[in-house]
Amino acid sequence: MDAENRSDWDVVIEPSRGWWRIDLRELWHYRDLLRLMVRRDLLAVYKQTILGPLWQVLQPLLTAVVLAVVFGLLGRMAPTDQPPLLFYLAAVVPWTFFANVIQRTSQTLVWNAALMSKVYFPRLVAPVATTLSTMVSFLLQLATFFVIALGYRVFSDLPWAPGINLLALPLLILIMTALAFGCGVLVASLTTRFRDLGFLVGFGMQLLIYASPVIFPLSLVPDGSLLRLVIELNPMTGVIEGFRAALLGTPIDLGLLPYSGMAALVMLIIGTLVFQRAQRTFADVV
Amino acid sequence: MAARTVIEVSDVRKRYRLGVIDRSLVTDELAAAFARLRGKPDPRGDLHAVGGDQRAGDQFWALRNVSFNVAQGEVLGLIGRNGAGKSTLLKLLSRITLPTAGRIRMKGRVSSLLEVGTGFHPELTGRENIYLNGAIMGMRRAEIDGLLDEIIAFSGIEHHIDTPIKRYSSGMKVRLGFAVAAHLDPDILVVDEVLAVGDAEFQRRCLGRMRSAADSGRTIIFVSHNMFSVQSLCTRAIWLDKGEVRADDSVVTVVRDYLNECSAQTNEQVWTDADAPGTDEVRLMAIRAVSADPEGLFSTTTAITIELDLQNHAITDSDLNIQLIVHTDADIVAFISDMTESIGTAIWPLGANIVRCTIPSDLLNDGGYRISVLFQRKGNRHFLVQDAISIDVQEGPRQGAWFQKWQGALRPALHWVR
Repeated sequence: MDAENRSDWDVVIEPSRGWWRIDLRELWHYRDLLRLMVRRDLLAVYKQTILGPLWQVLQPLLTAVVLAVVFGLLGRMAPTDQPPLLFYLAAVVPWTFFANVIQRTSQTLVWNAALMSKVYFPRLVAPVATTLSTMVSFLLQLATFFVIALGYRVFSDLPWAPGINLLALPLLILIMTALAFGCGVLVASLTTRFRDLGFLVGFGMQLLIYASPVIFPLSLVPDGSLLRLVIELNPMTGVIEGFRAALLGTPIDLGLLPYSGMAALVMLIIGTLVFQRAQRTFADVV
Repeated sequence: MAARTVIEVSDVRKRYRLGVIDRSLVTDELAAAFARLRGKPDPRGDLHAVGGDQRAGDQFWALRNVSFNVAQGEVLGLIGRNGAGKSTLLKLLSRITLPTAGRIRMKGRVSSLLEVGTGFHPELTGRENIYLNGAIMGMRRAEIDGLLDEIIAFSGIEHHIDTPIKRYSSGMKVRLGFAVAAHLDPDILVVDEVLAVGDAEFQRRCLGRMRSAADSGRTIIFVSHNMFSVQSLCTRAIWLDKGEVRADDSVVTVVRDYLNECSAQTNEQVWTDADAPGTDEVRLMAIRAVSADPEGLFSTTTAITIELDLQNHAITDSDLNIQLIVHTDADIVAFISDMTESIGTAIWPLGANIVRCTIPSDLLNDGGYRISVLFQRKGNRHFLVQDAISIDVQEGPRQGAWFQKWQGALRPALHWVR
């Protein structure tokens, strides 16, 4: 009889059981909130700044310039058949997205704690909004890459010549987003109990860059070394190498991509489930 | 035909595990585990500790076996002391947290107002915040589009609507937040009393809005510890006590019983010869608070007399002074009253003495006060009876439509001239 009457009730509040409880219809109903939270994230940060959203572009650009000078020109780690700036920018842009999504989503529950202790909305909206607003920055940065690359093509003796690889870009973005979101919400769930993780993540992302081929191409790392193993285990390696291959036409070990894709899918599922479980009683813990 | 049930709360329980409240560092978690291992209380356990069977081990039952139904159009007041479970029930009804057992079912669109202006972002303009706050409260964009002009007009801040709200006064923010809330148009409205902040005029509009919502068939659950606002708004009341439903009846009956119990509690303490506090010279045998109200209720508008029964064993001179030290619930000293300052000194007869001190009406605020008694001899502290009694002062009838708690340790009636 309960089952029949269930449809009469619009809201049923019960103790949580099981893991798989993602109400996609409800998420859809809250799409306006999602849109507004993305807008809030984008607008609020740069109000009262002079350069405004230009900061989104300047940050990775300057990082890439520094890497190009220090590691490319002085350290001679960048391949000589590529403009070093493009070589680094092609990796810094996805890496920045990955690091920012993890850092920001891992804090969403804590940052929105005041909100979540006062009103109900599907909690998943918060990290999704964070990821989408970071995605907007990423697309701006990617556009910047193309502008600079076109500049090289026109004015440089090391011209930019992308190939058919460019078509793999949407797939790479998808893998990167799933991976970053999954890791981010997983950390977010744990951060509600252990705030220390917030610090660990910031520091960890700084270190993790050395376990990925951002600063040096994978080909530079000796086969069979421990570092090589660590780098190959990092699912972002495939994404970074993939971005370089797509944007610059550099050679890539194609075996990396299925691994990254699988890892992204697994992280997305685990992260989302753990998050859904953690958020139910989140208000009791803060 | 019986009215349609729109809220059904059945056997709801909510347990908080003391070990996980406010745990933010790994070290705390370890410290708690270590403390449990040694059988000591958790160093960062729940602060609103409640004695008795409500608490077992590291578990605390904020709500137990709470069941009730609400019919469409009913305006239900939830009352009870601090820590009785009102806010927990409110959080469950608002879906902020989930029950440990039991089930709550509701029909129709539910809006829950625990705060106005939830999610306002200081850098965004008033207009942008209307959309943000509306969306957080579950409104669709198209809905807000249609109501925007009305909301802005209701808020009364048309001129500043495109200014970032960090430039707003707190009153303006509340107006804006309430303007959105007032246009929610839910079938069921769950309201916390903290909602109604702001000036008296604004307050009246809030209550007016709630009353018209009730008149048009909306179902309202109103949580408050202010008996006068509950009585003026609600038809039925539920009294929560130690996490359980103590009474569920018409608002008049429940509020009367509740006030009676509040008055009957700890406003008298009597000791025996064996355990009376004091020295061989003088002892305090009893202390009680007596209200001037014929029904014995303590309210802001009745005078309250504090009566002390002393037993003088050995003092034959006039050198004994008594002070009443009155603390608020927030542990602020509200005032100290000195007997000698008031009536001078006189020889104390041996044997039983009664000393009275009257706190005039219109001095205390609504809320709890704890009264300590200090005995002094030769200008020095002789002995202190800490928190000898406590009194729970209720809101008295007031002029106007202000139903909120006044700020302040005291609320004296002062003389104004113009």
